[in-house]
Amino acid sequence: MEIVRPQSHRNLFSSNDAVSVPTIPLYRSAPPLEVRLEDFESFAIDRLRVLKGISDGLSRGKKPDEMEKLVEESWKVHMRHQHASEVLNKDIISHFVLRLVYCRTEDLRKWFLSMECALFRYRFRYRFRFLTTEAQRAIMDEFDLTCKAVNNVEFESIKEKLGQVARSMGQPSPTVDTIFYKVPFEEVPELVAGRKVFISQGYAYVAMNQVVSLVATLFRSQLSKTLILTNRKWTASIRDQEKHRLTPIVEALSSSYLGPDFSQPREYAEISLKDIDQVAKTSFPLCMRHLFDKLKEDHHLKHGGRMQLGLFLKGVGLNLDDALAFWRAEFSKKVGLEKFEKEYSYNIRHNYGKEGKRTDYTPYSCQKVISSTPGAGDQHGCPYRQFSEENLRAALSRMGVNSRAMEDVMDKVRNRHYQLACTLTFEALHGVACDAGINHPNQYFSDSQKILQPKKDSSA
Amino acid sequence: MIPQQESEFDIGYLKPYYGKLFPYADMFKWMSYGHDGKHPGCDQSYFGRREFSFTLKGDFYLRFQSFNSALELENSIKEKCPLKIDIGPVYTVDPAKRHAYAQGDNKVFTPVERELIFDIDMTDYDDVRYCCKGADVCLDCWPLMTIAIKVIDASLRDDFGFKHILWVYSGRRGVHCWVCDGKARRLTNEQRASIADYFRVYKGNENSHKKVSLMGAALHPFLATSYTNVLKDYFEKILLTNQNLLATEERYEKILSMIPDESIASELRGRWQDNNRRSSSAKEDINVVRWEQCKQLLQSGKHKPQGLRRCVEEIVFFFTYPRLDMEVSKHMNHLLKAPFCVHPKTGRVCVPIDPNRCDEFDPTTVPTLFQLLEELNNEGLRADVNGEWSGTSLGSAVTLFRSSFLEPLLKACKEEIERSYSLKLQQSKNSIGW
Repeated sequence: MEIVRPQSHRNLFSSNDAVSVPTIPLYRSAPPLEVRLEDFESFAIDRLRVLKGISDGLSRGKKPDEMEKLVEESWKVHMRHQHASEVLNKDIISHFVLRLVYCRTEDLRKWFLSMECALFRYRFRYRFRFLTTEAQRAIMDEFDLTCKAVNNVEFESIKEKLGQVARSMGQPSPTVDTIFYKVPFEEVPELVAGRKVFISQGYAYVAMNQVVSLVATLFRSQLSKTLILTNRKWTASIRDQEKHRLTPIVEALSSSYLGPDFSQPREYAEISLKDIDQVAKTSFPLCMRHLFDKLKEDHHLKHGGRMQLGLFLKGVGLNLDDALAFWRAEFSKKVGLEKFEKEYSYNIRHNYGKEGKRTDYTPYSCQKVISSTPGAGDQHGCPYRQFSEENLRAALSRMGVNSRAMEDVMDKVRNRHYQLACTLTFEALHGVACDAGINHPNQYFSDSQKILQPKKDSSA
Repeated sequence: MIPQQESEFDIGYLKPYYGKLFPYADMFKWMSYGHDGKHPGCDQSYFGRREFSFTLKGDFYLRFQSFNSALELENSIKEKCPLKIDIGPVYTVDPAKRHAYAQGDNKVFTPVERELIFDIDMTDYDDVRYCCKGADVCLDCWPLMTIAIKVIDASLRDDFGFKHILWVYSGRRGVHCWVCDGKARRLTNEQRASIADYFRVYKGNENSHKKVSLMGAALHPFLATSYTNVLKDYFEKILLTNQNLLATEERYEKILSMIPDESIASELRGRWQDNNRRSSSAKEDINVVRWEQCKQLLQSGKHKPQGLRRCVEEIVFFFTYPRLDMEVSKHMNHLLKAPFCVHPKTGRVCVPIDPNRCDEFDPTTVPTLFQLLEELNNEGLRADVNGEWSGTSLGSAVTLFRSSFLEPLLKACKEEIERSYSLKLQQSKNSIGW
């Protein structure tokens, strides 16, 4: 994308359409648009929220109709722009930025491909039905599909078979007005697999309403190829060229946590020293509860644990004095007061930005916690990931998770959906649904507190 | 059930088999797909990028074997005397060099071509045959394989447009199918899976009661055609009697359990329970009689509830419709036994089957290793321009392989090579070099 005057590129629907149906770009080539650096990052983050929402919805097993709704709502919320004319540009720009971000490894490509294809499919499904026949035909042309409309003569010769196919799916037989397309069977694997089309001499006869499948397949294969090419370009030239401008942004985006960072101290402490024991039992997520319990038991935690728990407590609103008192009370039982002051208090003050220049110690998000690698003697990390099944069951049972919820949680764990497991734990313990899912230990805490102390005035 | 013969196999006899009978030249021609170097458009590296694997005595398994010529292939087989030869895909590069290439994300060592293959095994039909179980096959249950060949072959040709299809006896209890059209060899895993799913009818497992479910107001044309042209007749005219599907209580209960309407099932049960005790002096076979009664109750009457409408077809499909091993077909890198291998358990050669005459195929008369070597000895050392196989029972197998499969395939391959070569020439003439 260069710094050029924006040119009008071929949209799916002309802006003169009486009905202004939002367009669905195909992202065939990067359009010559001018992009501001801030927008480069923020557009990408907004799109990433949509994609992560889709990922979440899919792993919760939502049905296609629910997904369609989810996608449309998420899109409305995150991908709008104050200037209506800019909405399409935001769509395109954000896609291309994320291509750079997610082309770089096999895993990233796989995830991005799945989510973008799901996004495309549901948006297409949602919109296609509202289009006129002419508009629908225009789309087919846009996709350069190697398919030809079946003429009347051919239709008559296969009408009976087409009728059998329709009726086998519980649909009415097609009439002479139903449009069919003749497509090489290789292009519609889903329809072939489900025996949802009549196939003859290598060609599948696809009804207009089955076009979604066709289009989705083509979108997918196009994007898949493009990602590989983008990766090559990235490693060959872009990464280096942009190392002072775009590269750092791109590299940070793929692991970004997208919620509030809980780094700003509250106006007043949410919890104070005397509350900790109580709230630990009711509102700490398992990772922090475990660290807390171990600290009480051993009167010590290694560095990883001190960071994870310490920053969490800061995020929860424990002020520096109370934090020092808390850690001192525990550690001095093992190492003595003097050693505590000498070796450990510095770090605590450091975390609160009172030492050195660093103030960017933000409480760890779930992503960060999950990806840590605790070694021997460490207690930090995500228990859903680190604990053996036995130990996890015991820990959850100590927290008060009932046996039915336990099975659901363990199922998520087995499928490596650690945050979903934590979410289910939250839901089981609090008796309410947590639709947004748990993405940050401090979010778990504040959501929990909101439920348990609804009357507490939490605004300054 | 035909008792299992004394093993017609001795590993020591593989040496003369590979020495004198295995058709190397034909296998090489097949695997080359026309890239024999005679045309400028030929890809000289093609044959060398194909994976073979050998199973040796003691269960040693050698994968990623590759050869650059027919002679190399021949020498290696003669030297190693493999118990089994498998054929894998054609890769991007010579499999022997794969370690040099498989780095990072770029997947430079990956399959690029592979025949579309199917594996049909009689053990998957154990719940619908009473004559044999497991590894055994006989002429009473072999028709199940005949049905599979007819149904799948017809669909591959008529529906998918494939032309170069090789059916091979697996040597013991099943058949393999190799679809060799260029279009087929270049199918992706997803496309292969879609074809396998298109052919799949039998779903569910030991826990579900009825495993064939044909919903909808009509059958898909493929299923309808299969039923009308193959399944119905084979069921009614062959399997009903071969397998005595309704002759005893145990067996007819199995079919009655597939009828969702308990009143119909009871009525039939009532009739048949009495019938069992009568002497079998009836002219007509008891299975045929009972099936007629069954059909009559299920199909007569204008208003049949949904579950009943397809019941007759479902029963027929359950007992006859092909059961494929999905995993074999879905992945490009799946290995499959080469034709003309000798099966170590039976000594029988994996010979081609002519799909147009598959109802004449008899697995009990397929040439065995012992038999062939005896024939060789009797004929004496006759140097034949065709190779020594022509004087033996293997002769007709190799002839069939050539005339009905290899020759038409190679002709088509040559045409394809010539076509794409001229196209390339045309394109390079048209483009302007920068």
